[in-house]
Amino acid sequence: MRRLLLGLGLFFSVGPTVRPSDAQDTSAIDRGVRIGIVYRPGVRPGLVVLPGRPAALDSVRAILTRDLDYTDRFEVITLPAGDSLRVGAVALGTAPPARGAPGRQRSGGAQAAGPNYPLYLALGADFVVDLRAAGDTTVVDVHDVAAGALRRTFRARLPAPGGAGFRMTVHRLADQVLLATLGAPGMAATRVGFVKDGKVYVIDQDGADLRLVSSTDRQAMSPAWAPDARRLAYMEFWQGHGQLFVQDIGSGERTAAATTGRALDFTPAFSPDGKTLAFSRATEEGTDVYTVNIKDNCCLQRLTVGRFSDNLSPTFSPDGQRIAFVSTRSGLPQIYVMAADGTDQQLFAPFDYGVTGASNAPEWSPDGQSVAFHRDVAGTLQVFVLDVRTRTVRQLTSVGRNEDPTWAPDSRHLAFVSDRSGYRQLWIIDLDTGRIRPLLQQSGSRLPAWSPRLPETAATNP
Amino acid sequence: MKRLSLLALAIVAGAVTAAACGGPKPQPQAPTPQANPDSAAAAERARQDSIDAANRAASEAEAERVRRQREADSLAALGRSTEEVRGMVAAMIHFDYDKSVLRGDDIGTLDQKVAVLQANPDLRLRISGHCDERGSDEYNLALGNRRATAAKQYLVSHGIDAGRIETISYGEERPLAQGHDEGAWAQNRRDEFEIIGGGDVLRRP
Repeated sequence: MRRLLLGLGLFFSVGPTVRPSDAQDTSAIDRGVRIGIVYRPGVRPGLVVLPGRPAALDSVRAILTRDLDYTDRFEVITLPAGDSLRVGAVALGTAPPARGAPGRQRSGGAQAAGPNYPLYLALGADFVVDLRAAGDTTVVDVHDVAAGALRRTFRARLPAPGGAGFRMTVHRLADQVLLATLGAPGMAATRVGFVKDGKVYVIDQDGADLRLVSSTDRQAMSPAWAPDARRLAYMEFWQGHGQLFVQDIGSGERTAAATTGRALDFTPAFSPDGKTLAFSRATEEGTDVYTVNIKDNCCLQRLTVGRFSDNLSPTFSPDGQRIAFVSTRSGLPQIYVMAADGTDQQLFAPFDYGVTGASNAPEWSPDGQSVAFHRDVAGTLQVFVLDVRTRTVRQLTSVGRNEDPTWAPDSRHLAFVSDRSGYRQLWIIDLDTGRIRPLLQQSGSRLPAWSPRLPETAATNP
Repeated sequence: MKRLSLLALAIVAGAVTAAACGGPKPQPQAPTPQANPDSAAAAERARQDSIDAANRAASEAEAERVRRQREADSLAALGRSTEEVRGMVAAMIHFDYDKSVLRGDDIGTLDQKVAVLQANPDLRLRISGHCDERGSDEYNLALGNRRATAAKQYLVSHGIDAGRIETISYGEERPLAQGHDEGAWAQNRRDEFEIIGGGDVLRRP
């Protein structure tokens, strides 16, 4: 978060700023603390979240503010500690004037209809978010400072703090604020699945609420979300084969998919309509991409015939028409694409034969415009993004080993595995600003899968 | 060293067996019936009968003892050979980085497995392919699959029924050595061979 005065000092004292699109993985030592040197002042709208009234809303404010900061779309302005700025907020709404701050509160008292817009304008804020309680409902007012008017009001009945669904309900409010201010889809009400010590876990995108999903003794791999964000597919090692499962996160019930009892099935991926599961199947003929209808548990279809090459790691385009995948048909594994029925197979991410390293783990972005993957560069792995339209690639990371990228539903953030801190853990990078933050500081976390936005019922009844 | 002592034991066991194979010791000739028996001859014959009976009993006991001994010896020898053959089956083979081509120095190991499988027609195996930690986690499942399949194809091409061998890949999920250097990686790029049937008693090839 930008400290108002310190931030201003930095902006002017540090050399030329980098255009956001050029932003790279430059903040290796940045453990979630934005240094502030890669941003041009004024590019991103400023936003203030006023202190909640009553103080019981402090935890809501903290979660909401962090969510909005993590969108990397705002300059979230931290108010200096003085009371004077709060006064404008106190005057707003129906709460009686606080008795504890005599003398100061008169300054904003004149405008009972809204916050002190000129003051926030002077602070560089474009938006003011105000939290208040009305009975058992939490009310969020979003003010447009430049227009000097209330833009939107949201209401939510929050579960008790710490109760089931409390945090996710607040995350949902954050997504609503983002939509109301910038018209952009958010990613606050999401979770990330991953593997650690052979078990599948999920965690909220802000690093809270870690839960175990696969509870058997068998080793699990490769979690993948269904488009409804309620189910996870993953693979488990059984005696002599690899078995795919689709598990309901809420109930914990799971069903086996595409059972053979012999083949090694892995890297499941849901089609956007949630009816089809694409996956890799390893047999003595090699590894190939298959699809199966999981709704009716039928209609196994083989999409690739590798013979002397392997084909694996399918990922659907968001329109469901195409599948990107990995193939070793030219030697080293590289990223290819085909129609969803297996026809029209062709190279997707360009490479220099004999020069470019192995490329793996593709994931198509939710907006359809990009495919993230990792590629061997000088003996270690780095995250790359392919532009689907121009078929050009750019390298996103350069510090340490970085692998297995997965898209946030805003198609702008990626979670990935990196050992930049000395051990392998999960990180999140913003493609526009290059800002990087750790998602989970637990060694050995890997194979992340970012969920779609959670449906309402999944948030309140997880 | 172990092999030598086993060999010695086998020779001893063989000698015992050979001795035992001679069967019951030759018995004294039964006296031919006499046309004109007298008392002395009768007494002599009675004496001789009792000696024969005693001899027979002794030789039967001896035969029984030898038979039991031989059985015990052969069981022990069989146990020892089963253990030895299991060692041959479990011997791992190794691979170069990102390769699934069998290495020349592993061919002897595989040939021995062919011989073991031929000598033990009920024996069934599962071959698991493994990788080091450097490659991509999921790609390594495909690579490990190639490694397991390469070994199976070798065995099958040398006359072993494909139905006797299963394959599985564990990618880099089950490392043998925990280090993060070439020493550990080289150990982890391997095929393991596990007996899944017919392994209770194994004959040496």
